[in-house]
Amino acid sequence: MVDGRSMVKRRTGLRLWLSGGWIMLLVLAALLAPWISPQDPLAQDLFMGRLPPFWAAGAEPGYPLGTDSLGRDVLSRMLHGARIAVLVALIAGICTGIIGATLGLIAGYFRGWPDLVISRLIDIWMAFPPVLFAILLVAVVGPGLTSIILAIVIIDWTRFARVIRAEAMAQGAMDYTASARVAGQSRIGTMLTEILPNVLPTIVVLLTLEMGIAVIVEAILSFVNLSISTDDPTWGGMIAEGRASVHQAWWVLVFPLVALFLTVLSFSQLGEGLKDRFDPVLR
Amino acid sequence: MPGGHMDKPLFQIENLHLSLADMTRKPLLGPAPRIPILRGLSFSIARGEVLGIVGGSGSGKSTLGRTLLRLLEPSCGTIHFDGQDITHLPEPALRPLRPRMQMIFQDPMSSLNPRRRIGAIIAAPLHLHGFSGIPARVDQALDQVGLPRAFRHRYPHELSGGQRQRIGIARAIALNPAFILADEIVSGLDVSSQAQVLNLLESLVKDLGLTLAFISHDLSVIRRLCSRIIVLHRGEIVENAPATQLFAHPQADYTRELLSAIPLPDPDQVWV
Amino acid sequence: MSFLSIRNLSAVLEGGPRLLRSVSLDLAAGEVRGLVGESGAGKSMIGKAILGTLPRAVSIVEGEIWLDGVDLLRLPPARRRQIIGASAALIPQDPLTALNPSRRIGPQITDRLVHILGWPRARAEARALDLLAEVQIDNAPRVLRSYPHELSGGMRQRILIAAAFAAEPKLIVADEPTTALDVTVQKQILRLIKGMQERHSTAILFVTHDLGVVSKVCDHLSVLYQGKVVEDAPMRRFFAAPAHPYARALLAATPQYTDPEGSLLPVPDAVIAQVRAEVAKADAGWSHG
Repeated sequence: MVDGRSMVKRRTGLRLWLSGGWIMLLVLAALLAPWISPQDPLAQDLFMGRLPPFWAAGAEPGYPLGTDSLGRDVLSRMLHGARIAVLVALIAGICTGIIGATLGLIAGYFRGWPDLVISRLIDIWMAFPPVLFAILLVAVVGPGLTSIILAIVIIDWTRFARVIRAEAMAQGAMDYTASARVAGQSRIGTMLTEILPNVLPTIVVLLTLEMGIAVIVEAILSFVNLSISTDDPTWGGMIAEGRASVHQAWWVLVFPLVALFLTVLSFSQLGEGLKDRFDPVLR
Repeated sequence: MPGGHMDKPLFQIENLHLSLADMTRKPLLGPAPRIPILRGLSFSIARGEVLGIVGGSGSGKSTLGRTLLRLLEPSCGTIHFDGQDITHLPEPALRPLRPRMQMIFQDPMSSLNPRRRIGAIIAAPLHLHGFSGIPARVDQALDQVGLPRAFRHRYPHELSGGQRQRIGIARAIALNPAFILADEIVSGLDVSSQAQVLNLLESLVKDLGLTLAFISHDLSVIRRLCSRIIVLHRGEIVENAPATQLFAHPQADYTRELLSAIPLPDPDQVWV
Repeated sequence: MSFLSIRNLSAVLEGGPRLLRSVSLDLAAGEVRGLVGESGAGKSMIGKAILGTLPRAVSIVEGEIWLDGVDLLRLPPARRRQIIGASAALIPQDPLTALNPSRRIGPQITDRLVHILGWPRARAEARALDLLAEVQIDNAPRVLRSYPHELSGGMRQRILIAAAFAAEPKLIVADEPTTALDVTVQKQILRLIKGMQERHSTAILFVTHDLGVVSKVCDHLSVLYQGKVVEDAPMRRFFAAPAHPYARALLAATPQYTDPEGSLLPVPDAVIAQVRAEVAKADAGWSHG
């Protein structure tokens, strides 16, 4: 008898390669931005304002994706913006994941009063309007990378906690959890060896989704001017500036927008692909 | 070693009650109402005995099994295992007793962690209790349940239902336990695998001197294996008798109803 | 000619093995035929092939299914669904998942009458009340207004039986209808099905793994192994003397509380080897397709 799940055909290869490829590219861009940027991302040159991208008439060599209204090179600003996007995605995603998954595991597996406390906390937390919360936080702590990451972690841990709690609860009802206890394993040991490996694929999916969300949130906060100092190039900041001149210079808006879109899409696709790849039940 | 208890039963259960909180009817504030599952059970399991526990769905038979192994804590009453009161022992105090009381589960697919290989599944409890020579013990357990040693490298979903159930048995006997609880372990299997597992269990009980509690809804299966039978109905024991006596002269109405409802593969059985 | 006649039906799993191997069987009007076998023997697959509910990955590669003088497999899908809807019904295995949890019981019984047969709603509702009385459900008007979760498993199985008989089908496929139930409830349900089958003279294809159940409700049975019919016999003759060694072994492996000393024998390896050889031989003759 063969389990039907092992017969499911997998078409994950391409998806995994495309999304993984884009993210690798992004990480490389972030790491190498100071060396590969054609221009200084902050250098203004009013004589070079609103240059179109390289294929259009009136383009200048050295400014492949054109310039904004202050004459700053769009490609260089995007490459430097990638640094902030990647940094926020990694740190905020991982911190959110660790905090949320831990609380979710504890609530879902131990049930009883830990669950009561954590679930109430989640309920109350989620009743707060998140954007207002973030704006408040940035207003108190002051703008900067740290406060953005902090805001994302504080707002979004509930997403992990809720999903992982439900998963852990389902896993806790499975007989192999009971059989680990029959074997004499401690409760925490059971949680780590039996429950955690079974919720790990979900954690991975959520983690990559969260990284995508972190990139978006950072962009939103930059868009409303609450992020890093306005001089530092961020995708959200570029989109905000590009919006003002979209009729004269669409490229200032469109290129960072496409980069943002591809990044968020890649993170979510990467999660799905990894889940299929690393689940022995599906393998 | 508690050698002085050898003449006493392995399990002694007195007036066992258990109720669970009904979370669906819990008021916003205050405790949830409780549903009684087990209502005052008293019985014992002698050493070397194969006890059958039979009942319909909702009779409390699985809850009883899990309470014996103290996966659940009784509301009142006492459970003595090998002379020791384990009724309210906390988890850490139970741990040294765990290798001596093992369990085989109904659904081998859900009782074997799908993300671990067979070898690791059988070895995990051995590691936990500091056994030595673990690879040899895993091999021996696989031999005892009649599976090739190469199976230790496979995942549970790569095996058939009957093979998975043998892995469950191997994991339990590898610890050399005094007591095994088997909870509906053949109800998901085809008759042929069922016969194999029952025959295997019977010879293991004989060879290893095990005490076994065998939970099932199927009296035909129970008859095959058990020397004494407890019939549960709505959380109470309605009959507790040696197998031969129970089948020849069932006393309780419910036992008679159960027996007469079983469709035997025989067109001439009076069944109406 | 039989009411239902299946001729040389073969089905394959996409890119995989044959699931049904030239299955032939007949079912006379008003007769009950058991389809028996171990899990994976393809017994449910036959019912699904008739009702047209095979999984997407399974396709029929040869054979005929004659129902009441028409070959279902040669009809255009829409016409086929129409015939099936009007003359056949299913009693499913799992009473817990077969009813939609978010709809009341009443419409779940009458939908088919109203939408497929075009009955006026009032007539369909009157019929539903009669049917619930026939499956011995008290307080039928209230039950029709209940949601599935408010009823017990046995109750839900009765409702599924009532729903199956609602449109007076000539054929019912009963797919392990009592496997999930307690023996005492199973007995009531089996007697109910048998009683209704006799009153309405419905033909039933009864899928089960339990030879005990077969001996109580079936007139004929087909024993399957890996999608091949290895024995086709009248019920009484089968239990008196099963012809095929595999069928004999299956019977010997079935535990009976009346026979404690009789050793319980798994199907011997030699018998499995023999029946597998027969399957392989059947495949060799088929491989031209």
